Amino acid sequence: MKAADQKRLLREMIFYRRFEERCFEAYMERKIGGFLHLYSGQEAVATGVLETARCGHDYVITGYRDHVHAIKTGAPAREVMAELYGKETGSSRGRGGSMHVFDPTVNFMGGYALVGEPFPLAAGLALACKHKKTDQIAICFLGDGANNQGTFHETMNMAAVWHLPVLFVCENNQYAIGTRIDRSTAVVDQYKRMCAYNIPASQHDGQDIDIVMTAAKKAIDQVRAGKGPYFLEFLTYRLRGHSMSDKTITYRPKEEEQKWAERDPLKIYSDRLKKAGVIADADIKAMEKEVQDEIENDIVKFAEESADPRVEDLYKYVLDDNPDPRWIGPLQNAI
Amino acid sequence: MAELMYWEAIRRAHDEELANDPNVIVMGEDVGVVGGTYKATSGLYQKYGEQRIIDTPISENSFTGIGIGASMAGVRPIIEIMSINFALLALDTLVNAAAKIRYMSGGRVSCPIVMRTPGGTAHQLAAQHSARLARMFMSTAGLRVVTPRGPLDACGMLKSAVRCNDPVIVIEHERMYNLKEELPDHEFFRPLEGAEIVRRGTDITLIGYNYSVHLCLEAAKRLEKDGISAEVLDLRALKPLDRETIRRSVEKTHRVLVAEEDEAPVGVGSEIIATVIEDCFFALDAQPVRVHAADVPVPYAAALEHAAIPDVEDVYKGALKVMGKI
Ligand SMILES: Cc1ncc(C[n+]2csc(CCOP(=O)(O)OP(=O)(O)O)c2C)c(N)n1
Ligand SMILES: [Mg+2]
Repeated sequence: MKAADQKRLLREMIFYRRFEERCFEAYMERKIGGFLHLYSGQEAVATGVLETARCGHDYVITGYRDHVHAIKTGAPAREVMAELYGKETGSSRGRGGSMHVFDPTVNFMGGYALVGEPFPLAAGLALACKHKKTDQIAICFLGDGANNQGTFHETMNMAAVWHLPVLFVCENNQYAIGTRIDRSTAVVDQYKRMCAYNIPASQHDGQDIDIVMTAAKKAIDQVRAGKGPYFLEFLTYRLRGHSMSDKTITYRPKEEEQKWAERDPLKIYSDRLKKAGVIADADIKAMEKEVQDEIENDIVKFAEESADPRVEDLYKYVLDDNPDPRWIGPLQNAI
Repeated sequence: MAELMYWEAIRRAHDEELANDPNVIVMGEDVGVVGGTYKATSGLYQKYGEQRIIDTPISENSFTGIGIGASMAGVRPIIEIMSINFALLALDTLVNAAAKIRYMSGGRVSCPIVMRTPGGTAHQLAAQHSARLARMFMSTAGLRVVTPRGPLDACGMLKSAVRCNDPVIVIEHERMYNLKEELPDHEFFRPLEGAEIVRRGTDITLIGYNYSVHLCLEAAKRLEKDGISAEVLDLRALKPLDRETIRRSVEKTHRVLVAEEDEAPVGVGSEIIATVIEDCFFALDAQPVRVHAADVPVPYAAALEHAAIPDVEDVYKGALKVMGKI
């Protein structure tokens, strides 16, 4: 990879970290409401996988921890922040919030709150790609906890039987809220569960973006070549709580948190780039400053200054707002 | 004009829509090789192939979800759920995804799926094969819910449902698949909104939907012999509801009864009576009556099942009650 790209990737991850931390602050200021799930600590997974995909072309779908996935896919960060602020300029016009960011202009097909719900939606997006004979694929990011839903098993089976072009990315951060994986899940290594569906699968370090990209490239090439679904498991860890309301200390040992903090994906990558002479500490400092300024003076400013949705528009978007009267009625319009 | 059975009318709609748009697909259990539990997709697998007429495993939540996902990317799936009882397994994806994606995305993503399913009691199918659930879908914002009473609507509304950009739930009925009706030979559509007066009358409005329209029509014939002129109104669409036609009819007859195979409390009739009270309370000359199923799991024994489910007699008696004759 070219040095310029490496620097860009590092900057992206620094940006995502700062974006999420800024969300934390805005939540504390009560500018952001509802449930807020931050991605800090897991950046290498979405960044690495989506760096390898064709963003804007391939379909991407995920759960509620969706800001970074949306932005890396191509959703403007300003609009994502405005969505969190519940503004009309938001990605989902303020109707979705943090957990429901959508941007169909780049084929980012949403964040969903129901654990396990996106599995079949992803397979359906893949079915559409196959049906239309495009070279697109669908990529589904979900957590380890989601794999205990029925939709996981049902969807893996159908995706395999129908050879759908879908990549499932399991972000195994080892906890489903406060339940450690071995307390809920008989087979802790998630990739092993794919034996039951005859889907190729592998497990990798999710903290090292280079490893993520290598694994993702292989999987994506295979899916795009029409060889059916693929399942990638990345071992990762979230630095913050599940959402804003849990205290990790009640369910995660301090030593474990410390061990993983040392494996911070930003640190691993910046250390590597420094060692290789691609970047110096001063450059990183400058990057951080630049990112901070951009988020404050452009992104947050845009969200703050945008208008709230109009209450008159409460019923907008429930159904198609401009339906063809031939299909809808009233009855007198029957052909 | 050709006389078609209800199931044949559904098959015709499928065939025409599959021929019209290559993005229309059909999914469901045994819809392909077998041609559908009620034959509604028979012959289509042979004609359109397994890529478009997809036999699914028994995974209602996820194959419905796959249909929804495909619809988000421009495919228009017609999903058959073998029985509305099994639609309960797909409620997550129908209610949490299909019904809400347009709204949650600020109108940027739509889910143009059609879900067809028979909902109603047949003959001693017992509690787990006799669910109705119309009232449940009716209370879910973001869905359209239609209930074709005969072959004409079954064909014309299904075609409209396929073309419409919203998720549409089409509730059929096990006891209606063999009903016959004349259909035009040329292509036609029937809209997804609008109640229909299917019999004119002046003394009482009998409101039904799905199978209960036929109960109302039979009851109206008996009432006529008693010198009572009953108007019969088929709701056709439960969501969105055509309150205007209901109001106009009640303002003319001043009396109203709602017949449904769904249970009360919180039945479809509860909602209709509430709208009558809100929209034309002062037009009423008598207390409204709801005729509905008993609030029990549907029993197996024939006598018990009969007692649990409304029939023509129940509608007739209910109407006499509204008229103050009993
Ligand atoms: C169907 C459903 N059940 C329960 C919840 C509550 N819930 C939200 S997130 C979560 C844990 C999910 O864990 P995992 O899939 O590992 O994702 P992570 O948050 O770790 O990324 C639970 C139980 C939900 N949102 N949806
Ligand atoms: Mg987890």
